[in-house]
Amino acid sequence: MIIRIALRNLLHDRVRLAVTLTGVVFAVVLIAVQGGLFVGFTRATSCVIENTEAEIWVASRGVRNFDVTHPLPDHKFHQILGVPGVGRAERFIVRFANWKKPAGGQESVEIIGFDPGSGLGRPWIVTAGSEAALLLPDAVAVDEIYLAKLGVKGLGDRAEINDRRARVVALTRGIRSFTTSPYIFTSYENGLKYASLGRSQSAYVLVRPAPGVTAQALRDAIAAGVPDVDVFTREEFARKTQHYWMFTTGAGMALLIAASLGLVVGGVVVAQTLYATTVDHLPEFGTLRAMGAPGGYIHRIIVAQAVAAALVGYGFGIAVSYFLVGLAERGGASIVLPPGMAVGLFFLTVVMCVTAGLVSIRKVTSIDPAMVFRGA
Amino acid sequence: MAAGTILLAARGVAKTFRLGKVEVPALRGVDLTVEAGEVALLMGPSGSGKTTLLSILGCILSPSAGSVAVAGRDTAGLPEAELAKVRLAHFGFIFQGYNLFPTLTAEENVRVALDLRGVKGADAVERSREALCAVGLDDKFRMRPRDLSGGQKQRVAIARALVAEPDILLADEPTAALDSETGKAVIAILRELAVTHGRSVVIVTHDPRIAAYADRVIRIEDGRIVGQGQEVL
Repeated sequence: MIIRIALRNLLHDRVRLAVTLTGVVFAVVLIAVQGGLFVGFTRATSCVIENTEAEIWVASRGVRNFDVTHPLPDHKFHQILGVPGVGRAERFIVRFANWKKPAGGQESVEIIGFDPGSGLGRPWIVTAGSEAALLLPDAVAVDEIYLAKLGVKGLGDRAEINDRRARVVALTRGIRSFTTSPYIFTSYENGLKYASLGRSQSAYVLVRPAPGVTAQALRDAIAAGVPDVDVFTREEFARKTQHYWMFTTGAGMALLIAASLGLVVGGVVVAQTLYATTVDHLPEFGTLRAMGAPGGYIHRIIVAQAVAAALVGYGFGIAVSYFLVGLAERGGASIVLPPGMAVGLFFLTVVMCVTAGLVSIRKVTSIDPAMVFRGA
Repeated sequence: MAAGTILLAARGVAKTFRLGKVEVPALRGVDLTVEAGEVALLMGPSGSGKTTLLSILGCILSPSAGSVAVAGRDTAGLPEAELAKVRLAHFGFIFQGYNLFPTLTAEENVRVALDLRGVKGADAVERSREALCAVGLDDKFRMRPRDLSGGQKQRVAIARALVAEPDILLADEPTAALDSETGKAVIAILRELAVTHGRSVVIVTHDPRIAAYADRVIRIEDGRIVGQGQEVL
């Protein structure tokens, strides 16, 4: 009967129910989108690090994130090669550059120069063309979602990077940059040219341990054997980059605050409408109390109302959120809503609604059962 | 319950309400007992204290002084949670405004009283329907209060009060909103239940026409019982 009474109370005033559900849906969508942006951005900041086969990243001393670092001189590369336990080491370039569109106009891009033969640092999803073609002079790979932004249509199109020729020979899929500058994958040799680096310079040296050597042990060995460099395992460097972009810059906090606002605004709307529903039905709650209903019985009705609003509101909200995620996918935005986050959001929605219902519980707790004899 | 057993006993019950800085006495030392199988009417002018007395007898309102014993248990000083248990165990209430749940059907309204007592499922449905049949509403199970007449609503309220078979029925102006014939029919139902099931029925009313159905008429004025018996009308 508790659930029946709760549902009937909610359905009694359809307009108020619509407002309640709108509040829940609003909160769910706002939290999902802002949270999804947070997850998407966080993953994007470190996607190259986490998707390469390099287990160790070596950079010049003081590096703060993946995208901005000082060049490593060539002798560091040879010192690293000499550290026991190194299975393979390759130079790797990360540099911002200027992309000149074929039809005019410019875009900032981020050059990723790697050794196509080694596999370290390569694009992980190639949908057209080939990685091997990047060995050709002026050959680059761009992501499908950035074709329009870069003013090219597909394979074979030409552009200029820092006034040097570039030709699209491969397309990647879903490799988004956290910055507004799309990644342009190319060979190390081409990258040197585009990034205007000195001969044999690099941004990073990517290292794969020899068989039987752990990444942690090799990291320690390189740090001990090569001076004036920072050495990270893949996970360490990913976390460092994520933390820099999401928290040092404030970008992540802005997203989290926006998500929190969704929680607060949604909670307030739900609290107000549930309270109004409760006030509407005070005579019935008073009657229940007069009949001898324990406080818990009435409280459970209100909690059931809140949970019902949460369930329905979450259902609509998460559907809208996934629809928006799909739209964003096609639009180039990076909103990621993993199943774990959707489950967490479900429980958060229930907690939000039940907490909002506590205001109503305070109200019914204060009902004087004698109101039933006063014609209330 | 055996006839003659005292189910309700009020001793020196007084109630004073505070309106701002003014204290308004509503009851001034009321002594009253009600036996099993008895139908008692509380009558008196408006403001005489009869509804206040009914509330105190039903453990809904605490007296300022004096005590009420329900089925032999003194309720003085009990916390609200305990009083609620007493109400649930011993009382059925019929309110002037019916106090039905507008969103529930007649059968569901009755079933609430059973649900509060832990009776659920098919048993609760069956007992609720039996109670509605007992008050002549065997074709109204699925109707909501808005689709029922005043008399029918009051019958649903009576069915709700009776379905859990309480020892004591307290009714506040149960015929106030009903026409003469319907009012008599409602009181006849209450009378029948008291006689055949040995329950106490206490009714607050202004309606002298229903006095014929009562075993005792208790007249209250200015918070005091000023007379008892049919002659006080």
